[in-house]
Amino acid sequence: MEITVTVNGEARTVDVEPRVLLAHLLRDVLGLTGTHVGCDTTSCGVCTVLVDGTPVKSCTMFAVQADEREVTTVEGLMRDGELHPIQRAFKEEHGLQCGFCTPAMMLVGSALLERNPNPSEDEVRWAISGNMCRCTGYMNIVKAIRRAGQDMRAEREGPASEEVPTEQPAAPAAAS
Amino acid sequence: MYSAPFEYAAPTTLEEALSLLEEHGEDARVLAGGQSLIPLMKLRFATPALLIDINRIPDLDYVEESADDLLIGPLARNNALADSAALKERYPTMAAAAPLISDPVVRNLGTLAGSLAHADPAGDWGSVMLSLGARVAVTGPSGEREIPVAELFQGPFTTALEPTEVITEVRVPKPSDRSGGTYLKLERKVGDFATVGAAVSLELDDGHVGRAGIGLTALGPQNLHAKTAEEALAGAEPGEEAFDEAARLAADAAEPVSDLRGSADYKRETARVFVRRGLAAAHETATAT
Repeated sequence: MEITVTVNGEARTVDVEPRVLLAHLLRDVLGLTGTHVGCDTTSCGVCTVLVDGTPVKSCTMFAVQADEREVTTVEGLMRDGELHPIQRAFKEEHGLQCGFCTPAMMLVGSALLERNPNPSEDEVRWAISGNMCRCTGYMNIVKAIRRAGQDMRAEREGPASEEVPTEQPAAPAAAS
Repeated sequence: MYSAPFEYAAPTTLEEALSLLEEHGEDARVLAGGQSLIPLMKLRFATPALLIDINRIPDLDYVEESADDLLIGPLARNNALADSAALKERYPTMAAAAPLISDPVVRNLGTLAGSLAHADPAGDWGSVMLSLGARVAVTGPSGEREIPVAELFQGPFTTALEPTEVITEVRVPKPSDRSGGTYLKLERKVGDFATVGAAVSLELDDGHVGRAGIGLTALGPQNLHAKTAEEALAGAEPGEEAFDEAARLAADAAEPVSDLRGSADYKRETARVFVRRGLAAAHETATAT
């Protein structure tokens, strides 16, 4: 059947069988291979994408369900040639080793920061608990997500806040 | 993994969904969150000829209170329940369970009504609903009827729903002011099915136990309703003695099997400990002012 899915801001009209999973629409039909497929059983979370801003496992959603909805994949995080703050933070805090879980971790992290700009370590760990890192690099993933939150808050608050220390601030700025 | 081929319909009204269901009966399945149904379809344990996606029907995602009940729409997601202020304030058994359902990403899509319709004996919501004496409203060709959750489960993945019926609301009786409850779940890791789960709800009546509700997860061919333990508690003096006895009766009612998650003996003992702890915690909440 014919569906139109807005993927990373661009409307894409495609003809798919109803049984095609969203993960396969993205990877095999649209060529967006940043969305990975790991366990294919709703466990590992590496296929996570955002549908209307909400993280979902794209191996457990049919592409037809995304008709007329907005999907964001890791390829859509960059804006105007600039890395998204969460991408910068993953790079700077060494938030990846093999990189297989990274697209999903960044999308889940960015969705968390939209709802909660200043999450505690516990809140970050809770938010990523449906996503596995087989390198077990969780320490730096958590650091990177919190760092991105800090950078995004600093950007919003303007130049006065530029001197935010790299370490966690003693009194984190209130969530806006 | 690809499921078997199927036709897909995305009706925008409940009437349309019901008429499709009436037309296709057992060949059709209703898709809500899909977090259990889609994996089953991928494994080809479920091979519906028609998938009726109800996600385009507006206004089915509510969580609201009437004078007597908490009313949950068939598209209320598990994370909406986990975030609900009403649950945190008045439905402690549900508030304890909601954040333990699968994992945070799956909870963005999964629903309570879908979990009940799926009737997995290792599903968490079934036990919670049994402990709270909840009912489901189901709608079919001849209109709406109510089924107590205690009569809904008929066996593994089997419910009292007719093939032409769909759960249109979950109704949870509002507990009294002197009530408490919790859900305890042993799982190997976040997102795994329960090795053992126990839902406990307790209402006090003039210093004695009024209503007690106990549901057990992954301890039999369906979510188990520990009726003998509930009956022993009703009217009893709340305290260690009554709770120990109820826990023993609930563990006796369990029908665990040994599998990769643990031996039958281990699961039965865990059930006993969970029911005792759950009752103590529920009593503490009920007596706190």
